Amino acid sequence: MKAGVVVFPGTNRERDIAIALQAASGRRPRMVWHGETELAGLDLVVLPGGFSHGDYLRCGAMAARSPVMGAIRDFAAAGGHVLGVCNGFQILAEAGLLPGALLRNASLRFLSQDCHLRVERADTAFTRHYQPGQVFRAPMAHGDGNYFADPATLDRMEGEGLVALRYASPEGAVVPEANPNGSARSIAGILSPNGRVMGLMPHPEDLVDPLMGGTDGLPLFAGMAEALAA
Amino acid sequence: MTKREVTPALAREFGLSAEEYGRVLAIMGRTPSFTELGIFSVMWSEHCSYKSSRVWLKQLPTAAPWVIHGPGENAGVVDIGDGLAAVFKMESHNHPSFIEPYQGAATGVGGILRDVFTMGARPVANLNALRFGHPDDPRTRRVVDGVVRGVGGYGNCVGVPTVGGEVNFHPAYSGNPLVNAMTVGIAPRDRIFLSAAAGVGNPVVYVGSKTGRDGIHGATMASAEFDAATEEKRPTVQVGDPYTEKLLIEACLELMATDAIVAIQDMGAAGLTSSSVEMAGKGSVGIELDLDQVPQREAEMTAYEMMLSESQERMLMVLRPDRQDVARAIFEKWELDFAVIGRLTDTGRIVVRHRGAVEADIALDPLAEQAPLYHRPTADTSKLPLLGEVADPAGLVPALLTLIGCPDLCSRAWVWNQYDSTIGGQTVQRPGGADAAVVRIEGSRRALALTTDCTPRYCAADPEAGGMQAVAEAWRNLSAVGARPLAITDNMNFGNPEKPEIMGQFAASIRGMAAACRALDFPVVSGNVSLYNETDGRGILPTPAIGGLGVLEDAGQCVGLALRPGLDLVLVGTASGWLGQSLWLREVAGREDGPPPPVDLAAERRNGDLVRELILAGRVRACHDVSDGGLLVTVAEMALGGDVGATLLDAPAGSVPHCFWFGEDQARYVLAVADADAILIAAESAGVPAQRLGRAEGTHLTLPGGVSISLAELRAAHERFFPAWMGS
Repeated sequence: MKAGVVVFPGTNRERDIAIALQAASGRRPRMVWHGETELAGLDLVVLPGGFSHGDYLRCGAMAARSPVMGAIRDFAAAGGHVLGVCNGFQILAEAGLLPGALLRNASLRFLSQDCHLRVERADTAFTRHYQPGQVFRAPMAHGDGNYFADPATLDRMEGEGLVALRYASPEGAVVPEANPNGSARSIAGILSPNGRVMGLMPHPEDLVDPLMGGTDGLPLFAGMAEALAA
Repeated sequence: MTKREVTPALAREFGLSAEEYGRVLAIMGRTPSFTELGIFSVMWSEHCSYKSSRVWLKQLPTAAPWVIHGPGENAGVVDIGDGLAAVFKMESHNHPSFIEPYQGAATGVGGILRDVFTMGARPVANLNALRFGHPDDPRTRRVVDGVVRGVGGYGNCVGVPTVGGEVNFHPAYSGNPLVNAMTVGIAPRDRIFLSAAAGVGNPVVYVGSKTGRDGIHGATMASAEFDAATEEKRPTVQVGDPYTEKLLIEACLELMATDAIVAIQDMGAAGLTSSSVEMAGKGSVGIELDLDQVPQREAEMTAYEMMLSESQERMLMVLRPDRQDVARAIFEKWELDFAVIGRLTDTGRIVVRHRGAVEADIALDPLAEQAPLYHRPTADTSKLPLLGEVADPAGLVPALLTLIGCPDLCSRAWVWNQYDSTIGGQTVQRPGGADAAVVRIEGSRRALALTTDCTPRYCAADPEAGGMQAVAEAWRNLSAVGARPLAITDNMNFGNPEKPEIMGQFAASIRGMAAACRALDFPVVSGNVSLYNETDGRGILPTPAIGGLGVLEDAGQCVGLALRPGLDLVLVGTASGWLGQSLWLREVAGREDGPPPPVDLAAERRNGDLVRELILAGRVRACHDVSDGGLLVTVAEMALGGDVGATLLDAPAGSVPHCFWFGEDQARYVLAVADADAILIAAESAGVPAQRLGRAEGTHLTLPGGVSISLAELRAAHERFFPAWMGS
């Protein structure tokens, strides 16, 4: 798998993503600067976490208008796989590549803690190494992860199976107590209609090594490495 | 600020004493200009000159075979093996954090980050030691909320994990909270960047944010006491921009991979003044600045304002002239200002020009060498008489519930959860998981162990014992995860040094710290002094906060504090039942009294060396040092950490139960092990006292005599305070 990791000014989890991709695929990803427009030869484009452009206008709003985003739009339209994590998810939403928006956390505070995610779709390149309904642990670290879309959009997404991950209890119960940021219908990760663009708020890339307390996040990267092996 | 006539009265307003102003006149041979007076006043402020503390700081041991750079550089540098160095320092931002908690704390984090990456190190961890007023004081909640948001807001955005620290409360900090921020970075051992300028004619380059009017005279503010008019000082607090800092980190590290930089220094306190004066002074050269070239954010700024501005996220560099274009391209890529604002000369003077006029022209040597140095009078610190017998008014379980839920011992999750602790993907032990944070070095098995420690109530009761204890506890916390302690950074927070009793506290604390540093081979490699921490004439508790750094050759060998079922609990160290200055005495018996526990440095060393050896031999599954709250609190924290109960044995014959379980004797650890007998034998042969405490099992903490309390009840008490107090 040839992966590209997009770096905007203010991106800060690109190294974490690169480590996870390398652990799963054995290949170092290519770092793609925000001003680049050439993505040829890549099987996967990842938009990592951070505070692109300081998140000063609205999270992801300025990054969504970067030169590289035109190329990513074309890449996605041609059936390419795109993963947006945290700020990357916010950028994909701002760019209109995924529906909805990420609002301030319901508590109005930045939250850095572990959460548990229930896999709603296990038939995508991103989630194929998990079982449907499986629960895995992931760190999260964001101030604006409260997923919002209007009810009609949410109903359509549910109907089309575009919800990939939900916040859940360790036992898999989707309950308000397990929803850390107030996200609509406990949504933590969503898919594009073709299942090839995924955005999620938590950071599975920070749980891929037993030394850090677990490898719950590794299947995500291993799944992509297998599905997108070139 | 418009120029004013320079008079003795203005000098006093700028914080210079009559004697100091006399010295300025002697050096200049004339009345200084307004800008020159500003330069003298900030360079000779307590904050920049350490004029009251220097004579004492010299007593601290600063050398060891693994120390690469001790105090005097932007941060301390120690060898951590594999050709790598750790660069670290702790620094206070107390005064700004009271005036404007969010920006005060945020810029505190930003400032200490710059001290570390200035030296060529990528920052890999932040810690912070925070002390606030009593929770019942209506101001405290606002300060806590702002400081925590500020620490998180800055650290989270720059992408450096915040992995540890302390939060404490005491009424003495009500008008004067302490925000001590520590950054640790990693650099190749042979690629450390220093600040001494060299090469007459070399360009002096300004990079980073533009200069505004924020923070003018911040260093002077940090050298004065607070009073009712302090709120009016809000304009002297700087405003942070962590996004620009992130760009600055990446741009500087990219430039540092080339050979362009001759010298580099961040613009911290006293901004352009101190960075240019120190760089030129250390290099024994002169410097000329053309302020018309300084990137400015506001119109019509004067030379005085530009020289004294403490606008954040700025650096000053001396570059090789033939590499100027390489450097400019890197900063343009990162969309940061890059301006040649001067050059080095052979005059030994700093000459500042603005709009065609010479605004300042000062000889550098006397500015540094004739800076005031005070041997301020010290008063002996009185010792409190020993406590007599103190009866147990509560019983063990109610006392445990009180302690584990009190603001100084309750769960800090509400605080930690606002700090990104996992970014970087190298955090082996997160906040609360172990006595020290453990951060692996990317791409290696090696890891750093990090902690901050100080027990101010001990320091207030006996500054020498308290200083010793702070260093010993940092050493102990590193040993408790299995790390080899290497060095410390110290952040000395005290009251008004012009008062003999405060200077007495300072001197005694240094004495205690120095003794501990020597006994434990744990030198001081960097530090910061914050004096005048007083409001309306009342000082804070003496708070020599210690940041400790240790190394683990294999991150996989470290242990946390969480119990697991079936393990035996063993106490390493002696239990004399020392209640003086204990939290039990304060929280349960309602007294702040008696001398603090004595520190036996030989026992500290022996016990800690044994514990580390056992951990590295794989014979310990969990370890927690015994500190605030004593033995029972230690065991309860281990139980909560692992969600496993414990059944405890009787206190040894002859001991008084509440003294045994809540005394705060030093040099102690609780180990969770698979085979207690073998551990006791190892301890005996090492000459270390140890005893069996009980066993990890079940869902309750069961005390001798069968009284028990469920972990659920314990957890509820432990986790109640912060969310309830902060209303979330």
